[in-house]
Amino acid sequence: MTTTETETTTTPTIQKGYVGQNVPRKEDRRLVQGQGTFFDDVKRHGMGYVHFLRSPYAHARIASIDVSAALELPGVYGTLTGDEVAILTEPFFQIAAEPGANVRDYALAVGKVRYLGEPVVAVVAQTRELARDASELVMVDYEPLDVVVDARKALEHGSPVLHEECGGNISYSGLWEWGDVDKAFAEADHVVKISELHFDRFNSTPLETNGALVEYNRGTGQWTLTCNNQFPGFAAIMMAPALRVGANKLRFVTQDIGGAFGNKITTHPQLVALCLLARKLGRAVQWTEWRTDFHQSMSHGNERWFLDTEVAVMADGTMTAFRTKALDDAGAYLRYEPLGGVIWSQVAPGMYGWRNLRLDFTQVMTNKAPCSPNRGYSRMQQLWFTERIVDVVAHELGFDRVELRKKNYVQPEQMPYETPNGCVYDSGDYPRALDVVLDLIGYDTIEERRKDAAARGKLLGFGIGSTLDSGTNNFGQSQLLNPELQFSGNNEVATAKLDFFGEIVVTLGTVPQGQGHETTAAQIAADILGCDVDIIEVRAGHDDYWNSHAGFSGTYASQFAVTGLGAVKGAVEELAHQMRTLASMVLQCSVDDIELAEGFARMKENHEAALPFMALGAIPNMNNAGFPIDPPQMNARFVFRPQFDVPDKEKKFGNLTLTYSMQIHACVVEVDPETGVYEIVDYAAVDDCGVRVNPKIVEGQVMGATAQAIGAAMFEVFAYDDEGNLLTPNFYDYHVPHTLDMPPLKTAAIETPSPFTSLGTKGMGEGGGGGIHCVSAALQDALMTSGRAIVTSSHNPYHRVWEMIRHPERSREKVEVVSL
Amino acid sequence: MATTPVSEKVVTVSVNGTTYEYEVPTRRLLVHFLRDDLALTGTHIGCDTGSCGACTVHLNGVPVKSCAVLAVQADGAAVTTVEGLGGEELTPLQQSFSDHHALQCGYCTPGMLMSAAALLDENPSPSEEDVKIALQGNICRCTGYWNIVEAVVAAGKGAA
Repeated sequence: MTTTETETTTTPTIQKGYVGQNVPRKEDRRLVQGQGTFFDDVKRHGMGYVHFLRSPYAHARIASIDVSAALELPGVYGTLTGDEVAILTEPFFQIAAEPGANVRDYALAVGKVRYLGEPVVAVVAQTRELARDASELVMVDYEPLDVVVDARKALEHGSPVLHEECGGNISYSGLWEWGDVDKAFAEADHVVKISELHFDRFNSTPLETNGALVEYNRGTGQWTLTCNNQFPGFAAIMMAPALRVGANKLRFVTQDIGGAFGNKITTHPQLVALCLLARKLGRAVQWTEWRTDFHQSMSHGNERWFLDTEVAVMADGTMTAFRTKALDDAGAYLRYEPLGGVIWSQVAPGMYGWRNLRLDFTQVMTNKAPCSPNRGYSRMQQLWFTERIVDVVAHELGFDRVELRKKNYVQPEQMPYETPNGCVYDSGDYPRALDVVLDLIGYDTIEERRKDAAARGKLLGFGIGSTLDSGTNNFGQSQLLNPELQFSGNNEVATAKLDFFGEIVVTLGTVPQGQGHETTAAQIAADILGCDVDIIEVRAGHDDYWNSHAGFSGTYASQFAVTGLGAVKGAVEELAHQMRTLASMVLQCSVDDIELAEGFARMKENHEAALPFMALGAIPNMNNAGFPIDPPQMNARFVFRPQFDVPDKEKKFGNLTLTYSMQIHACVVEVDPETGVYEIVDYAAVDDCGVRVNPKIVEGQVMGATAQAIGAAMFEVFAYDDEGNLLTPNFYDYHVPHTLDMPPLKTAAIETPSPFTSLGTKGMGEGGGGGIHCVSAALQDALMTSGRAIVTSSHNPYHRVWEMIRHPERSREKVEVVSL
Repeated sequence: MATTPVSEKVVTVSVNGTTYEYEVPTRRLLVHFLRDDLALTGTHIGCDTGSCGACTVHLNGVPVKSCAVLAVQADGAAVTTVEGLGGEELTPLQQSFSDHHALQCGYCTPGMLMSAAALLDENPSPSEEDVKIALQGNICRCTGYWNIVEAVVAAGKGAA
């Protein structure tokens, strides 16, 4: 199972020292010893434990709340209700323009609950058990309302309406069109129609749930939030206006984080409730989310329908256009949404050369948990859609899937390639990557294996999933949804200093959750400073007191290798310059005569004339008399800012991300036609993220994303019944893959360096959607001889496969080919 | 014999070689006793339903999920947590986890290590399949398990 081979073809572009090496991770020692510091490990004297009493209804009016019995319980410190929240805070700022802009969202439910698990009352007590006991004494009188959980029904006249002030359930709608779609369809030889595709609802379920320890300092009016929020800048933007304070009153501190995957961006409602409680009760308050609470309420991935899709295909297989209606289900509140309504367009045509696209996007709100970013956020849905199109076209028109891809992929000689909507794919060689993955999985033996499987009574299927991982957002894209927004570009910060005794300290504005930032940042720094990687201390995790953050600081959206390491490079290069300058002042030579090597600043022509880092650190800090001019301070701060323009809001045109990593996945499945039970028997993934600073860390990201994709394809779904009850509220019912679920995996990497980044790197880590795409494709292939069902859902548990085998007509009727 | 229900009870537990005597609420879970009373925070909580294994410790040498054991049930027992696995130096198993990039966020790692260590105690040279079976009660959301299985198999060979 674990024989992972790595075939690497490297195009070196930068000097290789530590960069490109599998340097052991700096993080590992403390983590394998159980000495990491996660938010829940931090305690304060006298702190109170917070428990959120949550709604048992998906949609109800709150008639009354009585907390008096809870408050009488000895050991209970206090409570917080929606009525108090409505007085003490402003509703959260909404990213949406009308109608979504009218949503009024608070830290606790105010007047009404809109999904099962919505926090209604917070109770604080001496112990977590007591807080939970006390919450059971709170009397809430609900008046249940009709529920809508299906996005298609939420659009219908007469549907229950979640937010009356929005005049319906639509949060955002917009027509996105580029090229000449109608002309392309008029000229097409074939039109393939797919009436319905559905990308299902799941998320990455990090093993550590959300939480925080919040303290309020009455003297300064400042809160300190020791938490695991992965995008503190965004949290501050949401929280400070809500709390009617400046951002300087919110000090976010993060240390080790137990996985996040986007799911820990939108914790601001709970954090605001904790801030109010800490201030109200005059004591530190601690909240650790229960697993079920996470499942019921936190950051579900966007569920999306693609309706009435049509694809224009030429006789030779060239695909020239598609048009579709995307219907996105955002759940009950817009916590980061409707940004999913634009993020998909970073990869509008997928990896293909379509020049004519029309996508009519509508997002609705339903009585389900709010959607927020999840690994592959909004692009995964679009990429699954484009891959489904390719495989359905091949299936229906009889094209070879490999050849159809190679013909329609954006070609290496077209790079950098501008998509119809102005995004620029920086580099890549998709056909070559496909060849590598086919080789890994033994594509030339598939037909032989198919016969072998058939002899054993199994249906064998082979599938490909091509996927992009767009990284380093241009936040200007938010203005395509709401022209009034004042967000654009991107940034990240690093500082570097040489301390008293020659210690190198690099501080990051990023908030890593397992991505190895301490290690890769040290690799970059050590190469620039010509020193041992072990002497570099990297302070990852956030602290507003460090002065190492900017508005977009955080760890999300595949950007660390570009923005984070770009900032490290900038700061350390400036520090290196300061070190060489100081050495030249001491050694009485030109700066150009000095090099940093082997832990010294020394004269290039005379290595004996050298100063150890310790001397350079001591001079400005502790021994600075006698210098006619100030010695350099051995302290540098660098803000990395990618070059972006604000996109054209009329045409919805412009470059939305700086880099495009790529993965192609392929798998082989064997299906039992009697039961629909299937197994992935072979799996391969090839990755191209440009220059790999630490190949093992990159491969780890590929593996992890693959596992999550396999989970989403086979097991994981946030399923609701018609009353809005979540049917998978824990790890019993929401099955995430275990060791025995994992197929054998082969990985490989190619490197096409990005021409747009200072290190040739590209952000990566979110390419795992390829696993969902290739499982869909493999199942469709397996059923070729058993009714020719079309796979129309991203989530295919055994019973759905069984249904496709028993009733192939149910999916067949969703597809039609018109040849002209 | 009539018994009177009690809500507090004194327990004596040996944890990583040190004996502790504590009065604990009878409903306190072993994992909360370790984390909150003894400040041994290496043992983690991931699910509340005994599904994820992040809280795995050894109770009298046997791996258990400490969220599914009451502190009072550990009265008189010897408990080993991840903090007691090695000393200043990493054990071959811990080192192997690092060498094989078998951890990313590190949240599941203590539980993985405790399950794997128990396996290696019993079977010093486990096969890939042995490791997969022994670790099936431990969830990891970062790595996809491939490197974890590889690390444990390699540590076994090293120990053999």
